[in-house]
Amino acid sequence: MKYFQPELETMSAADRRALQSERLVSTVKYVYERQKPYREKMDAIKLRPSDIKGIEDIWKLPYTQKSDLRNSYPFGMMAATRKELVRLHASSATTGKLTVSGYTKHDIDVWADCAARSLVMAGADEESIVHVCYGYGLFTGGLGMHYGAEKLGAIAVPASAGNTQRQLQLLADFGADIICCTPSYAIYLIEEMEKAGLKPGRDIKLKGGCFGAEAWTEEMRAEIERRLGIRACDIYGLSEISGPGVSGDCEYKTGMHFQDDHYFPEIVDTETLEPLPMGERGELVITTLDRTGMPLIRYRTRDIAALDDTPCPCGRTTIRMKRITGRSDDMLIIRGVNVFPSQIESILLKDPYVQPHYHINVDRVNNLDTLEIVVELSPDAMSDTMSEIEAIRSRLSAEMASGISVTAKITLVSPGTIERSEGKSKRITDRRKIK
Amino acid sequence: MINQIAVFLENRKGRIGDCCEVLKHAGVNLCSMSIADTTDFGILRMMTDDNDKALFYLKAAGFMCAAVPLVAMQVPDKPGALADILIALDKAGVNIDYLYSFAGAGENAHIGFKTNEPQKAEKVLTEAGVKII
Ligand SMILES: [Zn+2]
Repeated sequence: MKYFQPELETMSAADRRALQSERLVSTVKYVYERQKPYREKMDAIKLRPSDIKGIEDIWKLPYTQKSDLRNSYPFGMMAATRKELVRLHASSATTGKLTVSGYTKHDIDVWADCAARSLVMAGADEESIVHVCYGYGLFTGGLGMHYGAEKLGAIAVPASAGNTQRQLQLLADFGADIICCTPSYAIYLIEEMEKAGLKPGRDIKLKGGCFGAEAWTEEMRAEIERRLGIRACDIYGLSEISGPGVSGDCEYKTGMHFQDDHYFPEIVDTETLEPLPMGERGELVITTLDRTGMPLIRYRTRDIAALDDTPCPCGRTTIRMKRITGRSDDMLIIRGVNVFPSQIESILLKDPYVQPHYHINVDRVNNLDTLEIVVELSPDAMSDTMSEIEAIRSRLSAEMASGISVTAKITLVSPGTIERSEGKSKRITDRRKIK
Repeated sequence: MINQIAVFLENRKGRIGDCCEVLKHAGVNLCSMSIADTTDFGILRMMTDDNDKALFYLKAAGFMCAAVPLVAMQVPDKPGALADILIALDKAGVNIDYLYSFAGAGENAHIGFKTNEPQKAEKVLTEAGVKII
């Protein structure tokens, strides 16, 4: 199977532009009627829906930020009624609150189409067995790829995350040809596979995979492709927009095909927010063109990327997006989970035994992300018994696990040990080599 | 009761040395030292000839420390003496968090221990005829 939806994936530039224009015009009318935050934003700059006549007018529209979603928690950004909505997903926002995303039946359908396009690019077809070991839950990875696989007509195996031995057993027994997981988990699986004496090609029948939800490198791609003997495609998405499948690599890996009949990308300068010329790196901004549950206009993703409109040998005519190379905020992605230093800080602030002087160390050991929080004890927390200090540490560790959903190693140090710095970014040491 | 100083040590190389260095410059003599540690941090417990001065200088040097009182006793120098005392304390329901010996005058062993019931402990010791310091 070459394309999942050939008529949409390979349409001419003029047709694509006409479709984008038509969809943007109706989306702007729709959000003005149905989403109070957008009506207010547009009224504030005296922009009427009728001022938007086509995709070329998109720059006139106001931006949407994660804080807009947070401030309208949980349902203030929904454009659809409860009757029309069929699903909610969520991801973490800075202050411990969640960013909620609402989907109608139509939105789930469009998202599944996009995920299916990515699966086909990775080599899947109607006869494929798609092993999904992203987590199933509020996180969009698992359900997103699952619906994509079913939409394609393939067989979805909802293995979800964890329990590596069982993953290997399922892979070997069911003979999945396509796998979806984070790239670091893929490498971990390969290592466990080798330990268990399972040989790719003989015991493991994989031929392609969609790997995303965290930053990775060309070196990691080469390693996964070589050791598994598969085609390893990058896949991008975010729950605010839909989920995995917003863009994805084709077999030529010339940059991820951005499904711009549904999601329109722009690259803007992180400081001035001015649109940047084609090919330049900046912040990725996305507008949903036909979403009905929770349309977003010019949503600032905070991901740093670049666009490419040169032709791709695969014949798809979408714009493409180069690998994400960073963030314009201080969000960390640890084992696929979004973690903001401010979440860590607010947990530390609540504990009277430690001070909010901390340093965050992120590393990748045996291909798994590790998080260490080095924090100063408060001067009056001094105790002469080990058990009391140990209790401070284990309590913090439990609070982190429930507050940020990631296990952190807590290291306690004496007051005054951690260098006082102005910028928050200096509080983070990320030793993972991604760029 | 006597005072000891407890110092928090994150497991960084040379931290105990730094601590002793501070005391040396302050002109404070160490009488005893005991360390409890895990792989990540430790607590150095010690007695000095001038605990107030030691605390002052250690705090000034950025160490996290506190004075913590111990019940201290002179244990007769004969077999089983310490065992008898500990059994008596245990029977009376006195829990000992930790104990260690320290240098004192004469032939007898000096032992200090931490308990959350010092009055009760001292009563047991007095009844057993043990000399309290
Ligand atoms: Zn292509």
